[in-house]
Amino acid sequence: MNEILLLLADVDFWVAVLRIATPLIFGTLGVLLCERAGVLNLGIEGIMVAGAFTGWLTVYLGGSLWLGVCIAALTGALFGMLHSLLVVRLPLSQHVAGLGITLFATSLSYYTYRVTFPKVESPPKIESFAEMNWLPIPILSQQTPLTLLALALVPTIGYVLYRTPLGLALRAVGENPQAVESQGIDVMRLRTGAIVAGSALMGVGGAFLTLAAFNSFFFNMVNGRGWICVALIVFASWRPGKALFGAILFAFFDAAQLRLQQSGGGALPYQLYLMLPYVLSILALVLVARKAAYPQALMQPYVKGAR
Amino acid sequence: MRLEPRTALSPLTTLGASLGAIAFTLVICALLILWANADVFAAYGAIFNGAFGSRFAITETLTRATPLIFTGLAAAVAFRAKLYNIGAEGQLYVGAIAAVAASIWMTNDAGELGLPLAIAFPLMIAAGALAGALLLLIPTLLKTQFKVDEVVTTLLLNFIALLFVSMLLDGPMKDPTAMGWPQSPTLLADLEFSKLVDRARLHTGLLLACAMSIILWIVLSFTRFGLSLRAVGANPRGAAFAGISVNGTMIKVALISGALAGLAGVGEVAGRTGYVTLDMSPGYGYSGIVIAMLAGLNPLGVALAAVFVGAAIVGADAMSRVVNVPTYIADVIVATALISVLVAGLLTQYKLRWR
Repeated sequence: MNEILLLLADVDFWVAVLRIATPLIFGTLGVLLCERAGVLNLGIEGIMVAGAFTGWLTVYLGGSLWLGVCIAALTGALFGMLHSLLVVRLPLSQHVAGLGITLFATSLSYYTYRVTFPKVESPPKIESFAEMNWLPIPILSQQTPLTLLALALVPTIGYVLYRTPLGLALRAVGENPQAVESQGIDVMRLRTGAIVAGSALMGVGGAFLTLAAFNSFFFNMVNGRGWICVALIVFASWRPGKALFGAILFAFFDAAQLRLQQSGGGALPYQLYLMLPYVLSILALVLVARKAAYPQALMQPYVKGAR
Repeated sequence: MRLEPRTALSPLTTLGASLGAIAFTLVICALLILWANADVFAAYGAIFNGAFGSRFAITETLTRATPLIFTGLAAAVAFRAKLYNIGAEGQLYVGAIAAVAASIWMTNDAGELGLPLAIAFPLMIAAGALAGALLLLIPTLLKTQFKVDEVVTTLLLNFIALLFVSMLLDGPMKDPTAMGWPQSPTLLADLEFSKLVDRARLHTGLLLACAMSIILWIVLSFTRFGLSLRAVGANPRGAAFAGISVNGTMIKVALISGALAGLAGVGEVAGRTGYVTLDMSPGYGYSGIVIAMLAGLNPLGVALAAVFVGAAIVGADAMSRVVNVPTYIADVIVATALISVLVAGLLTQYKLRWR
């Protein structure tokens, strides 16, 4: 008990929590935009890999860090475009198209990495984002600007969703696209826009890994973070504020298991600690599943004029 | 741009769409090969030769295809019922480790098989299938009882299953003679699948896989259960209205799908490696989904699609040793093929009208 209290009072611990949470915040907000518009985007895992890769490559080739972030967002947007072509313009299964995008984006990134760096023993490094030491806020001052961006996006997306006509249309298109069409709004355009914007966020989430958390690109670095975001959005009942809370909660358990692993001194197999966040995610899903208010039109392709 | 359902399906359209998908895939990957500064025809030639060019190459391709048929069938049967089992990777690993556990359990003090082979062999296979089935049963029950979306839970269970196997390989199922590598003890030699041809790794697991795809095709096409499975997939409400137990069907589908994925693990451990390591599957579980989709969820097509994917992997491996193109081209070929086949399949059902 005492240990847990000490942990909660430890600034370094919370710094780690926020660092782990950042890519999840980007990713979960990306999933939120897609799913609120009625589209499942299982491409997230691959889009994060692609964003991590292109963002890093841009900086490695001499671009600035922020240019890297922009290129990562652009990469995400392009794969989002492809996804929306498959599931919005064409009524393909959203599950399958998303998994296809993940495979495509991942393999393309790995292929490009190997073509560009045929024989490297250790992954080439870049100068990654520095901590914001100038900031007079305790935990935030040890984070990179990307974390600040992620935190700022939460109220921004909340405002757009709940306080603007665009947000209203976006939420409606995930619930009842026919009604939106009857208001003279182009359902396909709106959904495409949401997927492209959401995928761009996923790309930035991936780029955080190579531009802030680490300083190089390596295989399997995304390691299921994208899938976690797809779970988190259900837990967050598709709300930006709760998405932030969910991401931080997950990061809390992930950081805690890392600490416990170190302090536990091998009393339990380390794999049990690593399992903990995944097991808790599933438990959280079970708890919220009964009252989960899925967007009504989620995973239903919209064919104009069809009922 | 809008879609108009085709009323009549001409074979010419189907043929054109399939050829178009193949051509599109070849062109996209040719551009990527050119970008790697390699000769496109040499690269494609090397891939084809590496996959089919010799007796050895063919056996290697089929060896690769064997686990892929199992995981492809696992995905196909589940997706037919709209049970999105993305957890075949984890089910494969628990199936493999259960087969080894069964082998250890059946070993007597003298280090020999303690049971007659006619009992022990089916027991080992059943253990692997059961382990896979039980692993998929968890998210399926969560789906039927608590309405938890199975896509996410099966995905997350992959990570949990792999960590669980890793824990066993570090603890109770560690091979003490493996010099500290996390590796399970070796399966009893009696229990290994026999080889199909001399001086090659191809094993009887392939026959089991092919038998499974034929059995599954018959079950899906000609039995009452197959009909209710397809009905649940096509329209769960309608199926329930017709008196089919949707949840009951889902659970049976889950047991079959998980068992098939578990068999993929049994085949790998009893036919190829002999022991379980944490890198025994380079994502066979995930490839299974791609294969099922390439095959249009048809069990017979799964076998063909698995050979295609197996050939891409084996061929690209051989090619990268001759031509300077990374092996990841195999995954790009498969992913591009998947996307173009999906689009081509759709275009056989709909006409595109540009306004």
